[in-house]
Amino acid sequence: MSTDLPVLTAADFSSDQDIRWCPGCGDYSILAQMKKMLPNLGVPREKIVFVSGIGCSSRFPYYMNTYGMHSIHGRAPAFATGLKLARPDLQVWVITGDGDALSIGGNHLMHVIRRNVNLNIVLFNNRIYGLTKGQYSPTSPAGKRTKSTPYGSIDNPLNPLSLAVGCEATFVARSIDTYIKHLGATLERAAEHQGTSFVEVYQNCNVFNDGAWSYATDRNIKADHLLELEHGKPMIFGKNRDKGIRLNGMEPEVVELGKGVQEDDLLFHDEKATEPTLAYLLSRMRMDDGFPEPIGVLRSVEHPTYDDGVIAQMDEVTVQKGQGDLNALFRAGDTWEVEAQNT
Amino acid sequence: MSTTPQDTLHSDKDTESLSGATVRLAGDSGDGMQLVGSQLTNTSALAGNDVATFPDFPAEIRAPRGTRAGVSGFQLQFSSEDIFTPGDELDALVVMNPAAFVTNIGDLQDRGVLIANEDSFADKDLKLANLDRNPLESDDLKKYNLIKVPITSLTRTAVSEVKNAEGNTLGTKEADRCKNFFALGIICWLYGRNLEPTIRFLNDKFGKKRPDVAEANTLALKAGWNYGETAELFERNYQVQPAHLTPGTYTNVMGNQALAWGLVTAANLSNKELFYGSYPITPASPVLEELSNFKNYGVKTFQAEDEIAAICSAIGAAFGGSMALTGSSGPGIALKGEAMGLAMILELPMLILNVQRGGPSTGLPTKTEQSDLLQAMFGRNGESPLPVIAARSPSDCFDVAQEAWRISSRFMIPVIILSDGYIANGAEPWKIPDVAQLEKISISHPGPIEEGETFLPYSRNEDLARPWALPGTDTLMHRLGGLEKEDLTGNVSYDPDNHQHMTNIRQEKVDRIAHVIDPVEVSGPASGDLLVLSWGGTYGACITACRRAREDGMSVAHAHLRWLAPFPANLEEVLKQYKRVLIPELNMGQLSLLIRAKYLIDATQLNKVKGKPFKVSEILRRIREEIDLLK
Repeated sequence: MSTDLPVLTAADFSSDQDIRWCPGCGDYSILAQMKKMLPNLGVPREKIVFVSGIGCSSRFPYYMNTYGMHSIHGRAPAFATGLKLARPDLQVWVITGDGDALSIGGNHLMHVIRRNVNLNIVLFNNRIYGLTKGQYSPTSPAGKRTKSTPYGSIDNPLNPLSLAVGCEATFVARSIDTYIKHLGATLERAAEHQGTSFVEVYQNCNVFNDGAWSYATDRNIKADHLLELEHGKPMIFGKNRDKGIRLNGMEPEVVELGKGVQEDDLLFHDEKATEPTLAYLLSRMRMDDGFPEPIGVLRSVEHPTYDDGVIAQMDEVTVQKGQGDLNALFRAGDTWEVEAQNT
Repeated sequence: MSTTPQDTLHSDKDTESLSGATVRLAGDSGDGMQLVGSQLTNTSALAGNDVATFPDFPAEIRAPRGTRAGVSGFQLQFSSEDIFTPGDELDALVVMNPAAFVTNIGDLQDRGVLIANEDSFADKDLKLANLDRNPLESDDLKKYNLIKVPITSLTRTAVSEVKNAEGNTLGTKEADRCKNFFALGIICWLYGRNLEPTIRFLNDKFGKKRPDVAEANTLALKAGWNYGETAELFERNYQVQPAHLTPGTYTNVMGNQALAWGLVTAANLSNKELFYGSYPITPASPVLEELSNFKNYGVKTFQAEDEIAAICSAIGAAFGGSMALTGSSGPGIALKGEAMGLAMILELPMLILNVQRGGPSTGLPTKTEQSDLLQAMFGRNGESPLPVIAARSPSDCFDVAQEAWRISSRFMIPVIILSDGYIANGAEPWKIPDVAQLEKISISHPGPIEEGETFLPYSRNEDLARPWALPGTDTLMHRLGGLEKEDLTGNVSYDPDNHQHMTNIRQEKVDRIAHVIDPVEVSGPASGDLLVLSWGGTYGACITACRRAREDGMSVAHAHLRWLAPFPANLEEVLKQYKRVLIPELNMGQLSLLIRAKYLIDATQLNKVKGKPFKVSEILRRIREEIDLLK
C-alpha cells in the first residue's frame, strides 16, 4: 500500500443517493460495516466495483461511492466474472440475497465458486422474498407460512454454506447483521482472500420476516446458539463457555465441559484444512438439530484463481507462439495469387 | 514419395472445357464426406476457380448407419466465372450407399454423372435405406450417366500393402475408412483437379502420428484417379479454367472462421482486448473454438455455464472496457433476452451474434433458416430497439464483424449480428486484406474530471452516445443498472416524463445510425418492373436469379439489406421505383412484415423453411411469375 494515498473514511464511500431500504432493515448495518471496513484495505474507490442482481440487497451498489452495476436477477456472479476477467486490477464484490443467489441464480453461484474467480460474494440471507413483499425463499424453513405458502411451505430449505463448501469454495464464512465488529472483520478477511470468498450474513427483514434469526441475535440466548469459530481453537460455546463440540465417530455432538470432558477432547477448528470435510460438518450444524450455528471463517485455503489462470495461459501461449500477427494468420492456410489480367 | 503420372495430371482421354460444375458427395455421416468435400473445395480454389460450398449434415453425430437420417452431403460449385451460390442442379453426384442415393438423386440433372459405390448396395444396405430393390438396376437411371464403381473393394485392394508401426496390415475397418479418398480421386480425375494439395493435407494431418493412415489414404486417392483414367467407363474428363477474380492473394474461408477473424481484427483496429462469452451451440460453436486459439492476440474466451451467463459475462467485460461479445443460435438468444435488454439500457457497446438455424425450439440444429429476424428486432421485454446487421456470405462475415463493432462503439449500443448455418459452414475464396490498410476504429474513454465538475454518465454527444467511463478512472465513479435512468445523471428515476424521454432517446439512437451506414445499393435498372429485396445468406441466390432474369430480358433489379435495423435511409425511395417488390426469405415472411409495416408497400413474398437454402431456379421461377402478372 502506497503511503501517499489519501486516507479514506466510511463517509468517502457514501454515494449521493437516498437509501430506500425499510427503516430498521438489517441491510443498513451491512452497508455501514462495508463502508467502515473498506478504508482499511487501502484500495482506491475507483478500483472497487459492486455488482448485484435483483432484490432488496441488490440495491446496495447505488449507495456506494464506487463503480457499480445493478444487473438482472441471479446473474451478478456472471457479470462479475466477465468484469474480473477483463479487468483483473479491480476489486469486485457481488452483493446478493437468498432468492437471488440460491434460487434464480443458483447455477451461476455454483460455477463462480468452483472456478474460484478472485471476487467476494456477500449473501444477505433473510429467508424471505422482501422486494416482492413476502413470498418464501429457498432458505425459508419447511412449514413456513408466507403469502405464497398460506398453508406452510413444503420445500426443504437449502443451506448456503453447505452449497458453497460442496462447490469447493476456498473461502467460506458467516456473520450476522447486528454483530457489527464480527461482520466488519469477516468482510475484511473475505476481501483479503485470493479466490472466491463466500460470506453468508444473517440479515433481519423486519417487515416480512421479523425475528427469523432472533435465536442468533437475542442477547439473552444467542451465546447458546452460536459457535464463534477461531482457527486452531477448541470449539467452545455457551453463555458460560461450558459447552463444546466433540466428534463421535463421523458425527459431531454437543458435550458439557468438565464432568470428564476436557478441552483437548473437543474438535479444534482448522480453517486451513485441505479437505472440506470439517467445513461441511460445521455448515450442517443447525439450531433445530440441537447445535450452535457456527459464525466466522469455516474455510480459508489457498488455490489458484481462475483469473490468474486465464492470464497465465495467455502469457504462456504468447511466449510459445509470439505476439499474434493477423497478416500471418490470414495466410496460414493454403493461399493463391490472382494476377492482373489483360482484358 | 515417388512421382506418379497423376501428379502431373495428364489424362490420355479427351478433355472438355467447362465454365463450371456443381458436384455433391453424399454418404453416411461416418463416411467422411465433409472432409473430402472441403479438400475438393481447397483444391478447386487453388486452381483459381471461384467456389461456393454447401455442407449438409445431420444433427446426430452418428445417426444409425446406412439410414436416410444419417446421410451427410457436401455440395460444391466451382467455376471460371464469379459465382454466389453452391449451385442448384448437380452435374455430378457421388453416392456411397443407397440412403445417400435415394435422398440426393432428385437434385442430379439429366445426363449428369452418377457415381455409386456398388459394394454398398447389398440387400442389407437396401433394407437400412428402406428400399425393396436395388435402385441402380432401375431403368429410371438411364437418363443419367451412371457409373457403378466397387469403391469399397477397390479401396481395400489399394491399401492392402500398407503396414502400420507394428508391421501389420490395416484391418478391414481402417481400410474402409479410406474409401472417401478413393471417391475424391475419381472426382479429381473427372474435373482435372490436382491431387497434390490433398496429399499434402494427408501428410500434414497424419504424417507424423500415423504415417500408415496418410499412406493408405494417399494410395486410395491415387487409385481413384487411376480408376477414372483407365476404366472404360468415362468417355472424357473436364477442365474448368481459373475465374477472373480481382487480383490479390486469396485463401478459402468458412463463414464462422471469417467472423472470428473479423472480430479479432476489429479488436486490433480499435486497440481493444476481445472478450467472447459463449456457450456451445450448433452452429455457432466454431466461433468459440476458433477464438479460443487466439490467446496470443489478447483474446479472452469464456465458456460460460449457460447462455445467460455467457452474455452477462460479456456485459461485465464491456463495463470493464473490453470489446465484448456473446454468440449463440436462436434458442440461446432466447435465453439471453433479458440480459440484452439490460445491455441496451446500460448503453454499453457490445456485440451479440446469432448464427441462425432451423427453429422453432430446438428445431433443425444443423440446417439453415432466417427465422430469427423478428427475434432480433423484438425479442426483449419493453421498448428495447437494437441495431441489427446481417452477413450475406462466408467472407462477408469478416467485414460485418468490423462494421458492427464500429457502430456499436461509436453509438454506445449493443449490435446484433445475424449469420446463419449456411453462411457459417459454407466456404468461398477471400481476398486477404492488408491489415495496415484497414480503417482504424477510434474509441475514447473520459479521463478524470477537475474538482467542482460533475460527471454525468448519461450525458450525450452528437451521436447521442454517452461516455464510456471505465472502472479504475478516478472521480468518474458511477452506478449502472436495469432500472430506468434519469437523463444525464443515470440515477434511478421513476419520473413519467423522464421514462418517455429516455425511451425516445434510445430509439432515436438506433434511427440515427441510418445516416452513417451505406445507402442500399441496387444492381440492375434503377427503376422498373420488379425489385427483389433480400437480406442475409440468400444474397447469392437472389443476385444470381436477378442477373439471369435480366439476361432473359426482364426488368428486374436486386437490392440487398446489410442493416435490418435501422433500414438504410434511402430504402423507401428505392422501393418506390418499382412496380412490384419481391422479398424471398428462408422464413415465413419476417422482413416482408417489417417492410410492409414501415413503408406501407404491398411487397410480395417467397418463403421456404425446409432447412435448405434457395435454389437460384426457385427464385427465377417466381420472378417470371411476378413479371407475367405485370403483363
